[in-house]
Amino acid sequence: MRLIMRRVALYVITAIVAITINFFLPRLMPGNPALTVLGKAQSAESPQAIAALEEQYGVQTKTGTWGQYTQYWDHLLHGNLGTSLNAYPASVGSLIRAALPWTIGLVGTATVISFVLGTLLGVAAAWRRGSWLDNLLPAMTFFQAAPYFFVAILAVALFATKLGWFPPSQGYDTATLNPGFNWAFISNVLDHAVLPALTIVLASIAGWIIGMRNMMITTMDEDYVLLAEAKGLPRHRVIGYAARNALLPNVAGFSLAIGFIVSGALLTEIVFSYPGIGYLLLNSIGSDDYPVLQGIFVIITFAVLLANLLADFAYAFLDPRTRQEA
Amino acid sequence: MPRLLRSPKILTGLCLSVAFAILAVVGPYLAPYNPNANASTTVGIAQPPSAAHLLGTTQTQQDVLSQLLVGGRSTVLVSLVAGVVATALAVLFGVAAGYLGGRADDLLSMLANIFLVLPALPLLIVIFGLLGKGASPNDLLIGFIISVTGWAFGARQLRAQTLSMRARDFIESARIIGERSWRIMAFEILPNLVPVVATSFLFTVIYGVGTYTALAFLGVINLSHWSWGTMLYWAQNAQAAQDVHIQWWWFLPPGLAVGLFGTGLALLNFGIDEYVNPRLRAAGITGRQARRAGLPRHARLGLTPVLPAREPVLEAREAAR
Amino acid sequence: MSTEEVIPSGQLASPGRHGSDPLIEVSGLCADYGFGAGAVHAVLDVDLTLRRGEVLGLAGESGSGKSTLAYAITRLLRPPGIITAGRARFDGSVDLLSATEHELRGLRWNDIAVVLQSSMNALNPVLRIGTQFADLLRAHRPGMSRVAIRERSAELLAMVGIPADRLTSYPHELSGGMRQRVMIATALALDPAVVIMDEPTTALDVVTQREILEELTALRDRLGFAVLFISHDLSLLVEIADSIAVMYAGRLVEQGPAKAIFRSPRHPYSLGLLNSFPSLHGPRRTMEGIPGSPPDLRTPPPGCAFHPRCRYAFDKCQAEPHPPLLPLDAGSRAAACWLQDGTRTRPDELALEVRP
Repeated sequence: MRLIMRRVALYVITAIVAITINFFLPRLMPGNPALTVLGKAQSAESPQAIAALEEQYGVQTKTGTWGQYTQYWDHLLHGNLGTSLNAYPASVGSLIRAALPWTIGLVGTATVISFVLGTLLGVAAAWRRGSWLDNLLPAMTFFQAAPYFFVAILAVALFATKLGWFPPSQGYDTATLNPGFNWAFISNVLDHAVLPALTIVLASIAGWIIGMRNMMITTMDEDYVLLAEAKGLPRHRVIGYAARNALLPNVAGFSLAIGFIVSGALLTEIVFSYPGIGYLLLNSIGSDDYPVLQGIFVIITFAVLLANLLADFAYAFLDPRTRQEA
Repeated sequence: MPRLLRSPKILTGLCLSVAFAILAVVGPYLAPYNPNANASTTVGIAQPPSAAHLLGTTQTQQDVLSQLLVGGRSTVLVSLVAGVVATALAVLFGVAAGYLGGRADDLLSMLANIFLVLPALPLLIVIFGLLGKGASPNDLLIGFIISVTGWAFGARQLRAQTLSMRARDFIESARIIGERSWRIMAFEILPNLVPVVATSFLFTVIYGVGTYTALAFLGVINLSHWSWGTMLYWAQNAQAAQDVHIQWWWFLPPGLAVGLFGTGLALLNFGIDEYVNPRLRAAGITGRQARRAGLPRHARLGLTPVLPAREPVLEAREAAR
Repeated sequence: MSTEEVIPSGQLASPGRHGSDPLIEVSGLCADYGFGAGAVHAVLDVDLTLRRGEVLGLAGESGSGKSTLAYAITRLLRPPGIITAGRARFDGSVDLLSATEHELRGLRWNDIAVVLQSSMNALNPVLRIGTQFADLLRAHRPGMSRVAIRERSAELLAMVGIPADRLTSYPHELSGGMRQRVMIATALALDPAVVIMDEPTTALDVVTQREILEELTALRDRLGFAVLFISHDLSLLVEIADSIAVMYAGRLVEQGPAKAIFRSPRHPYSLGLLNSFPSLHGPRRTMEGIPGSPPDLRTPPPGCAFHPRCRYAFDKCQAEPHPPLLPLDAGSRAAACWLQDGTRTRPDELALEVRP
C-alpha cells in the first residue's frame, strides 16, 4: 500500500508541475506568442472572445500573475480548457472530447496486444535460444528504431495503396456512414483501425520482446528455476516459474514506455488522418491554435499518469514482496 | 579491447554509426543540388529516380538526394547534442543523488521521476510551438531543449549503480582517508560507471533522433530547416504513400536513414550490454568442434548434454584396468 | 519436531543402516565446463557408489568439483557444463546419462531429490509455499485431490516443525532457517530414495545449523533415505556421514568410512583438511593450513594434482600420471597417493591407527 501511496503522491506532484509549466510557458517565450495570437484574432473574434484570450494568456494586467495562476487552476478543475482559436467558438474541451475516444480505443487495444504478444514471444525466444526467433531480433531492432510514423507510411504504402487490403485513412467512411451502434458502422470502424493498430504494434513490440527475453535469460539462471526442473515439474510450469518473475521488470518498464507509445500513436494517427488527438494536434500546430495545443498537453499528461498508476497496481499485484514494507 | 570488436553486433553497430557520423560532416558538401532548388516549375508530380536525380524528386521538383544529404547533418547533430547534454545531466544528477543520499537524493530523485513520467513529445510540441515556427532554428538549441526531457532515465540508472557502489570497500576507504566528495565521485565512482554511461548515451541519442524527427514531421520546427523529419513532413503532406503511383523514393530514404542510424546505435548498445553482462552472450557450447562432436548449440536447462562419443573412452579405460 | 536429547558428536551417523544394494553407481565420470582448448576439467575420472540408506559425505574446497559431480550425475549441470565420459546408473537399471527428458522427469524428485545451498533463491519468490508444494504434488501424483494435497503439504511442514498456516506465506516472510526446513520438507515430499544436499547449512548460523542437522538425522532414521551430503566442512561430515569421499581438483583422493578417515587419514590432503579444524578436546596444537592454492583446472599440474602443495611429495608424484585410488588395508578404504602403494614406508602421520 505504501508503495502505491508514494506513486500517487508523485503523480499528483507531476500533474501540478505539468500544469504550472503549461501556465508559464507562453509567458516565458521570447516574442510573447500570446500577442501574435491575439493579433491574428483581433479581426475575426468577438470582444468576449478577445477578453477570454487575454485573460488566458495574461495580457491584461489587472490581476497579478498569482491571481491568473489560481484562476487557471479554477478553470481547469471545472473542466474549462479554454476556447479554440481555429474552430471558434468551439471550446478546447469539446474538440478533445470528440477526438479522445478514437485515440483511447486505438492506443489501448494496440498497446495491450503489443505487450501480451511481445511478452510471449520474448519468453519463447529465451527458452528456445538459437532457434529461428533469434534471427528475428535484428529486424525487430530496426522496427524499434524507425519512427512510428515511418512504419505507418510503409504500412499505408504496402497494405492500402499497393495491395488495397485496408483503407488508407480516416476512422470510418465519412462519406457513406453515420456513427451508430450497428454492425455496418462498427465493422467499418474496425476495418479502418487495423492498419493504425498494426503500425503501433509493430513499432512497439520489439521493446517488449527484447526486454522480456533478456530478463528471462537472467532469471533462468536463478536457483528456483533449476530446482523446478530438478523437481520434475512439466516444462510449461518451469517456464511459468521463470516468466512470472521475469515479467516484473517488464511491467515496471511499461510505465516508462507508455509515454513513448502514446506519442508514437499520435504520430501514427496523423499519417492515417485518423480522427483522434493526433490529427487534432497536427491541425492545431498548423493553425497556431495554442489553447488547443496546451489543452492536449494537459489531457495527455493526465492520461499517461493514469496509465502509470494502473501499471503500478498491476506490479503490486504481481509482486508479493511489495505488499510488505518490512 | 579486441574482444569487444569481435562481436558481430558491435561491429555492425559501429560501422553504421560511424558511417552516419561521417555523413553528417560531409553530407552537405556532397549534395549535387541545393535542396530548395526547383528543377522545374511546370511539372507537378514527383519524379522517380533518374540519372540526373539519383533519388528522384519531390512534388515541387526538388532533388531528394540533396535533401537527404543536407538534412543528415541537422538530424545527426541535434541527436548528438541531445545525447551529450542529457548524459552530462544524467551523470551529474544521478551520481550526486546516489552518492550524497538523504535530502539531496530525495529531491533529485523526485525531479528525475517527474521528468520521467511527464510525456516528452507533447511538452516539446508546446515549447517549440510557442517558440514560433518562424524563429530561425539553431541545431544546438534544439538539441539542448530535447535533452531536458531525456536525461531522467539515465539519471535513474546511474543513481542505482552509484548506490550499489557506495557500499563497497574502496569507496569507504577513500572516504575515511578524507578524500573530498566530488573527487570521490569523479575519480573513484565514475570510471566504474563507464559502461552504464555509454549505454545511456547511446540510448539518449536514439531518443534524440526519434524525437527530433517527430517534431520536424509535425511541422513544429521551421520547415525551411532541412532534416530527415522535414522531408517526411513534405512527403506526408503530398500524400506520397497514398498516391496511386507510390512515390517510394521520397519517403523511403529519409525513413530508412533514421531507422538505420537508430539500428546502428541500438546494436552498439546491445553489444555493450552483452559484453558487460556475459549471461546474455551465447552461453552455449560454441564452436564448430562442439557441434561436430554431437553437442547441441544451446543446452536445455535440466538436460546437461553428454558427449556421444564417450563410450570408446570408457571401454578403453575398463580394458586397461 | 527437533530432538530434545543432546546427541554426542561422533554418534550421529546411525549404525547398521547400510543396505547392500547400490542406488547410484558412478564410474569414470568426467565433466567439463566448455569444450575444446579452453575447457575446464571440473570432474576427472570419478568412481562413486551410494548405497540404500547410506549417508555419503562429499568433502572438498570450493572448486574441487564436488557440486559439479553431484549435478552432473542428475543432469542438472548448468550450461556450459558437459559430461564427457563415464557412466552413472540409478538403482542398477536406469542409465542417467542417456536417459530421455521424459525418463528423467519421472525419476526426478520421486527417486532423487535435491536440496540447494541458498534457500532464499531456491523458492520462487512470487508464489506461496502452499502453491509450490501443490505444483510438485500435482506433477507427480496426478490423482490427488485438492484436499489431499493440502493435507500432505501440512504433514510435510509438520515433519520439519513448521506450523501449517505457513502454507499461505511467501518465501520472503520466512526466516532463513525456516526456508531451509521448507526445502528439506519439499525434498522429502515424494519419499525419495536419494537426497542430494549441496551445502544445506552453510548459509545459516551455527545454532540453526545444529538444529537442522538434528532434524535431518531424525528424519533419516524414520524414512531411511540415502543422502549425498556435500560440504567443505569435513568435521561436520565426520559427524553425520557413514562414509566420506574427499575431492581435490576434480578427482577423488580419499574414500572410506567416516570414522576411519577421521582417526587415520591416508591422503596428505585429508590430513591437511583435518588439521585445519581445531579440536575441542586434546592438547593444544599449532594450526596449520594447507600452503598454496588449488590449481587452475584448465591446466592442472603434471602427475598428482596435489603435489605442489604436498609436504611429502617425491619424484614419482610429478613423473607419473595422477595416481589412481589405491585400495588400503582391508575394507572399503582407498587413497590416491603413491605413498600408499605398499612399496614405501609411510610417514607417521599417514600411517596412524588413531590420530592424537
